[in-house]
Amino acid sequence: MNRTFGLSEFLFIVAAVRWTLLLSLVAFLGGGVLGLLIAILRTTSSRFVRLLTGGYIQLFQGTPVLMQLFLFYYGLSVLFDMQVDAWPAVALAFTLYSGAFLGEIWRGSIQAIPRTQWEASACLSLGYFQQLRFVILPQAMRISIPPTVGFLVQLIKGTSIAAIIGFVELTRAGQLMVNVTFKPMIIYPVVAALYFAVCWPLSLLARNLERRIDADLGIKRHL
Amino acid sequence: MHYAFHFNVVWDHWRDLAEGAWLTIQLSALAMTIGLVVATVCAYAKTAGPTLLRRVVTAYIELIRNTPFLVQIFIIYFSLPALGISVGANEAAVAAMVVNFGAYGTEILRAGIESISHGQIDAAKALGLSRLQTFRHVVLFPAMKTVFPALASQFILLMLASSIVSAISAVELTAATNSLVSTTFRPFEFYFVATGLYLTMALGFRALLGGVYWVVFMRRQRS
Repeated sequence: MNRTFGLSEFLFIVAAVRWTLLLSLVAFLGGGVLGLLIAILRTTSSRFVRLLTGGYIQLFQGTPVLMQLFLFYYGLSVLFDMQVDAWPAVALAFTLYSGAFLGEIWRGSIQAIPRTQWEASACLSLGYFQQLRFVILPQAMRISIPPTVGFLVQLIKGTSIAAIIGFVELTRAGQLMVNVTFKPMIIYPVVAALYFAVCWPLSLLARNLERRIDADLGIKRHL
Repeated sequence: MHYAFHFNVVWDHWRDLAEGAWLTIQLSALAMTIGLVVATVCAYAKTAGPTLLRRVVTAYIELIRNTPFLVQIFIIYFSLPALGISVGANEAAVAAMVVNFGAYGTEILRAGIESISHGQIDAAKALGLSRLQTFRHVVLFPAMKTVFPALASQFILLMLASSIVSAISAVELTAATNSLVSTTFRPFEFYFVATGLYLTMALGFRALLGGVYWVVFMRRQRS
């Protein structure tokens, strides 16, 4: 006996949005800490450190997220000699994934700050970390906000892939409801609409912020 | 950790992996070729078309860019058959990739088209070129040159995202790996090697596209 697609099925899917958001938040915060570290290390003068962090970014940007998920899911099982839960594997994989992307975005923002800013703060006898903390990062942060919000959209959409290894978030909840109601024609568009409702405002925000910062910096774009 | 790694099992099945990788390359290349045509038409429509058409194209881009690729695949493969449009797994995979690449490609091309200065178009008009001739020779070719690196990155992202089509049983590299895993019970080894293959393909395509850029755009300029 098939269930029909009614209010309770709809609410089950809507409720799953929180797992998508929670996973995105965990990955974004963890990836943020990691990304900041990577961005700073990428701009240091040590060639070895730059090579190492560059390799990390290449590895995570040059392979599919799905493969990274599989590797962490099965890799953790191998490492601990037991079947691990989907949660830690998925959270870890997405954290490292967003660390690589945020690291690359923020490296660009740091390097966009003119060299003279470093030199001027050195002339004021600020130490390396003081230069970063008080002069470079506050300016770099401003220009990094729009692409960071843009990446957040990419991350939220990306977490849908966790459904493939059985982690129950928005997409997986949709799949589960399709399995009991056989109504893919209604359910998947509903799932897509929910993602759209979360991502579209963020995309618009990113675009507005970008326009405002461009205007402040005196950059004119053809529109 | 008491896990014994058996990479020789992977070597025994290299032929299946190679076939999967080949299908990944075929699907991605086909999707990019058709997707580029879609993107060109949409970019033309968005910059020079009537208002209604421009709105339709904008809606298409926003819808695709703010929903996950996995859900787009599910809609094409599972929802459309309910409307009587039934497609095989490979066809659905290519269709989803074309629709996805088309949206991102349109935005990239549009940015390139808008970077062409208006004097160029006026000059073409003065020479008596038709609108289509102007678009082809004066706008599209230089625009392509400007945005080629961005298009190349987008193609590599598409190739990596193609691993997600394994969810609808199109037997590309990821799906081939999955089925080998389920018969040999060596998940870590197979996913490790498959990830390495993806990385190799990503680096290989980047080098190849760099070569294409040089041959198509740089050499012609020199002679």
